[in-house]
Amino acid sequence: MDFLRPASWEEALAAKAEHPTAVPIAGGTDVMVEINFDHRRPEYLMDLNRVGDLCEWEVGEESVRLGASVPYTRIMENLRAELPGLALASHTVASPQIRNRGGVGGNLGTASPAGDAHPALLAAGAEVEVESVRGTRRIPIDEFYKGVKRNALAADELIRAVHVKKADGPQQFSKVGTRNAMVIAVCAFGLALHPETRTVRTGIGSAAPTPIRAEAAEEFLNAALEEGGFWDNGKIVTPSVAQQFADLCSAACNPIDDVRGTASYRRHAVGVMARRTLTWTWESYRGARRNIEGAA
Amino acid sequence: MRVNFTVNGRPQEADDVWEGESLLYVLRERMGLPGSKNACEQGECGSCTVRLDGVPVCSCLVAAGQVQGREVVTVEGLADYARQRSCGTGGCGTSLEESRQWQAKGTDSRTGEGTELAPIQQAFIDAGAVQCGFCTPGLLVAADEMLERNPDPTDADIREALSGNLCRCTGYEKIMDAVRLAAARQGGAV
Amino acid sequence: MPANGAPTKITQGSQTKGGIGESTLRPDGTLKVTGEFAYSSDMWHEDMLWGQILRSTVAHAEIVSIDTSEALALPGVYAVLTYDDLPTAVKNYGLEIQDTPVLAHGKVRHHGEPVAIVAADHPETARRAAAKIKVDYRELPVITDEASATAPDAILVHENRDDHHSGHVPHPNIVHRQPIVRGDVAAARRRADVIVEGEYTFGMQDQAFLGPESGLAVPEEDGGVHLYIATQWLHSDLRQIAPVLGLPEDKVRMTLSGVGGAFGGREDLSMQIHACLLALRTGKPVKIVYNRFESFFGHVHRHPAKLHYEHGATRDGKLTHMKCRIVLDGGAYASASPAVVGNASSLSVGPYVIDDVDIEAIALYTNNPPCGAMRGFGAVQACFAYEAQMDKLAAELGMDPVEFRRLNAMEQGTLLPTGQRVDSPAPVAELLRRVKAMPMPPERQWESSEGADVRQLPGGLSNTTHGEGVVRGVGYAVGIKNVGFSEGFDDYSTAKVRMEVVAGEPVVTVHTAMAEVGQGGVTVHAQIARTELGVAQVTINPADTRVGSAGSTSASRQTYVTGGAVKNACELVREKVLEIGRRRFGSYHPAWATAELLLEGGKVVTDGGEVLADLVDVLEGETVEVEEEWRHRPTEPFDLRTGQGNGHVQYSFAAHRAVVEVDTELGLVKVIELACAQDVGKALNPLSVLGQIQGGTTQGLGVAVMEEIVVDPKTAKVKNPSFTDYLIPTILDTPTIPVDVLELADEHAPYGLRGIGEAPTLSSTPAVLAAIRAATGLELNRTPVRPEHLTGTA
Repeated sequence: MDFLRPASWEEALAAKAEHPTAVPIAGGTDVMVEINFDHRRPEYLMDLNRVGDLCEWEVGEESVRLGASVPYTRIMENLRAELPGLALASHTVASPQIRNRGGVGGNLGTASPAGDAHPALLAAGAEVEVESVRGTRRIPIDEFYKGVKRNALAADELIRAVHVKKADGPQQFSKVGTRNAMVIAVCAFGLALHPETRTVRTGIGSAAPTPIRAEAAEEFLNAALEEGGFWDNGKIVTPSVAQQFADLCSAACNPIDDVRGTASYRRHAVGVMARRTLTWTWESYRGARRNIEGAA
Repeated sequence: MRVNFTVNGRPQEADDVWEGESLLYVLRERMGLPGSKNACEQGECGSCTVRLDGVPVCSCLVAAGQVQGREVVTVEGLADYARQRSCGTGGCGTSLEESRQWQAKGTDSRTGEGTELAPIQQAFIDAGAVQCGFCTPGLLVAADEMLERNPDPTDADIREALSGNLCRCTGYEKIMDAVRLAAARQGGAV
Repeated sequence: MPANGAPTKITQGSQTKGGIGESTLRPDGTLKVTGEFAYSSDMWHEDMLWGQILRSTVAHAEIVSIDTSEALALPGVYAVLTYDDLPTAVKNYGLEIQDTPVLAHGKVRHHGEPVAIVAADHPETARRAAAKIKVDYRELPVITDEASATAPDAILVHENRDDHHSGHVPHPNIVHRQPIVRGDVAAARRRADVIVEGEYTFGMQDQAFLGPESGLAVPEEDGGVHLYIATQWLHSDLRQIAPVLGLPEDKVRMTLSGVGGAFGGREDLSMQIHACLLALRTGKPVKIVYNRFESFFGHVHRHPAKLHYEHGATRDGKLTHMKCRIVLDGGAYASASPAVVGNASSLSVGPYVIDDVDIEAIALYTNNPPCGAMRGFGAVQACFAYEAQMDKLAAELGMDPVEFRRLNAMEQGTLLPTGQRVDSPAPVAELLRRVKAMPMPPERQWESSEGADVRQLPGGLSNTTHGEGVVRGVGYAVGIKNVGFSEGFDDYSTAKVRMEVVAGEPVVTVHTAMAEVGQGGVTVHAQIARTELGVAQVTINPADTRVGSAGSTSASRQTYVTGGAVKNACELVREKVLEIGRRRFGSYHPAWATAELLLEGGKVVTDGGEVLADLVDVLEGETVEVEEEWRHRPTEPFDLRTGQGNGHVQYSFAAHRAVVEVDTELGLVKVIELACAQDVGKALNPLSVLGQIQGGTTQGLGVAVMEEIVVDPKTAKVKNPSFTDYLIPTILDTPTIPVDVLELADEHAPYGLRGIGEAPTLSSTPAVLAAIRAATGLELNRTPVRPEHLTGTA
């Protein structure tokens, strides 16, 4: 095994081009476990901790450019307003110690369906900025996940950042685990309301071979909200609409039975989380509307 | 490979490090600092918690090569770290807690008697938070850092901050007592 | 040597403060908080090698061939050993039945069985070498439950059994069977107005101690070996290790190193023999440290169990009879299975008066992971089932579940199903009354002005509910655990106590082989010595095999038995000291001959408080030393047909009240409070007593809602050998645990004390289950209960 320590992003790209099998390591949450337990012996280990700008973020007009290695703790503390869904998801990642070191780059690189960031990124609408010596490209999050622990990266590419639209409405994230802290998702659900486009987006974790959106559920809800004039009248979403949305989210799942949970439970739980997060976000949207109206 | 970094304020050098070694392994097997514990080596128990550039992390998940040029504080350096912190915040020489500790006699190598302790360490002993003690070093590093950030934590704050540290012996009640005690003493001393 | 090899000195104030009954602090506390305490995995030696074990990847197979040549050829590898390299005819070990191969011979019987061992200069080299060993397996069908174990054509897990249980078991795949019959169940059944039946399942729990199995074996010049080891019982290890090495016991020296928790999981051997074999073969010190994955294969677990119960009661709430059948899965090797069967059967009735019973407990041999000792030892599984039955009966009768239990609670004088009379306080009804009387935690504590605090709700930080679907439930349970080794076992301990004058002060040294695993035995020994000998300064020597056996740190027995041995040795030292005093000073004061004399504050005093002499003057350079074995009252084996016999020496009782909040839609549980009332006889160290009760309670909570080793029934392979998928409670899963301690002395025990470590693990689980049932209205006949069971999605 060789240990590569690129001092800059350019050096990292060059190293990755030269050694496409090099395994990047930043927070170490996944890579070190695989090494400690002899599941993986990469030829090259490439430390990205020396590439400073991976730990930085910029809040722009429209979106946040979040460095791949910005620790989850920073996201929780600093980006709650801009990226509320991701901040909530960050708070559910493993333990404080791991949140202090891990970032979304690791979740995306591993592309496990259980990664906590995925549902929030899917719901918010994100693009993954990847780069190689050949150039930069931005991969829409919906096209990023290609299979169980497979992503859209080419062998010479590294994840530099994610671009996430700033929240224009309430967002929520829920995750089921069989413990009240430090737990891998049995399944997870992210929901974002986008009042500007009058759309909702979802993200589901650990209930299919890859993180997915519940597109039929989104379409149903978009139509139902539009038809009922809900975005304007701010009425409570009728229970039957919420339930149908939940059922469609369940139906979007393609889960397996494993030691963490049954497929049947995952489908059920995704439905419950979908209904609850819809209620929470919609209540919050209504509250914000009332405040605006009250102020006006 | 060779790795140079600072541990508990002292520059250290490790030679012939296998590239797959963790910071935890280097501390325990190469630097003679076995205080950080090897209970799970997968980031699920917190017993290997150290501060890396001030931030609590699981040292089992840090590749040794990643700490090149960086600063690590382990449980072995916790008392010094806490003392320097209290100096830095103007508490030096005035804290009752400290003066009490400074009165202690020379260290008894067999029992550690007379060893200067950080307030959180003393509180763990006093509150009965130590049984087998294997989780203790990691909990101390995590709890000390929490009290640094949040000197007056609620019970829910304490539980959240320590939710990455498993303990199998105590049922956590005495650990809660210890952190409350350390917070109270810290509050009383300033 | 980096062992905690030096004596631990404990100094207290000028009077003999720090005696029993005080919450004196741990003598090893400072070392443990500074990181200097040397656990077995911290051992280091110049030139040491790292040992690595190659384990079977399948559960049941014939070994066709093993090829170690590539491994041996790897640079840095010093030795690769298989069964063929074992030095003597003794190739098996075991606590009671020597059925466990040191290294697999021709066959593996469970997933993760040791097949070969390697010593190399770096752990990574050792791992690479182990990976290069080629083992060719021919797989066999797996036996995973009672049906497959006792099928007419079942493969025998162990052929040609000749152990002392093999003669009476109904099938060679049954390790041991213990029936207990008393009274006339058929007649009693006719008196019953209500009869309830239940089939219960208890999952496989892991001790999950945090300090991994580890140790350092150092070859010695005389051809022997010195093993620094984390164990629960040095002498039991020694008895099993020495014959395999072909060494006399005095050439295998054992020193206890720091033990990172045990809970039963270190009663059996793990890497002890392997490290010694490699050290003797290579002539170099060898260290072995399991990682967490290997730890799940490296020690026995709590027996999973199927329990079938029938109880009857009259309309006025009196129990009429009980029938039960308990099937424990012992896995591939016997370990402590026979004794677990004895406990499960003899305590299957719980702390209740039932005159007419028909009980059967068996342990199976299967290809599942071996099971053996874990805190609660057979009594845990039974308690889960009989307490569920009590709730069912109370519901059938329309009675309050606590009042129903109190009405049937055993007390001092009750006759157990084994025909043994309970001859010390059994305050079962009182414990229930107390735990019920404790104030209830306020409702909806998670509500705050800023919305719901998810940390206090089911799901915790995962943000699954802000109060939706959350229902509170309250449940109660009580249990009975035997203390000490039962069924005629010669359960003794040895203590060596010395008094001398050092630097003008009287000093007492206590030396035992007791394994301090975190429980605080070292604290208590010093307290006993101070109380008995009136000397402030007490030194506790490290535990090793230079002193006689202390027995196991298990069965809630150490404070009773080794504490008793220390007390006894102190009393003998006191007699000798007083004898010297009488010889030297008897003529100066008549009280030397006439009064009751005590040692207090470093002086000889009369019971009236008059000082007769300083210990320093009495001893005058003399050293008084006593090494003596001490036994509790003998017990008897249970009759193999009727189960009758005075099998137990003492009992321990705890009661719990669980308050839970369940997210009934998602099936997630938050335990809000687990209140406990326990009789401890006499609290020698109240702080440590609370620590034991709260820790035991939490392990019971774990197996109620999350802890289970999952074994694939098709392959008998373990599916979750990691802390990622074997979950133990975090601090956010653990509630406040208020404790009400009762101290009713057992006149037969030292200071009236009662073993305390296990009882709280029993009743905690069924109390949580009862509370979840109350919240959900579901029947819930298995533990741990998973979200699937609460949502109909299993």
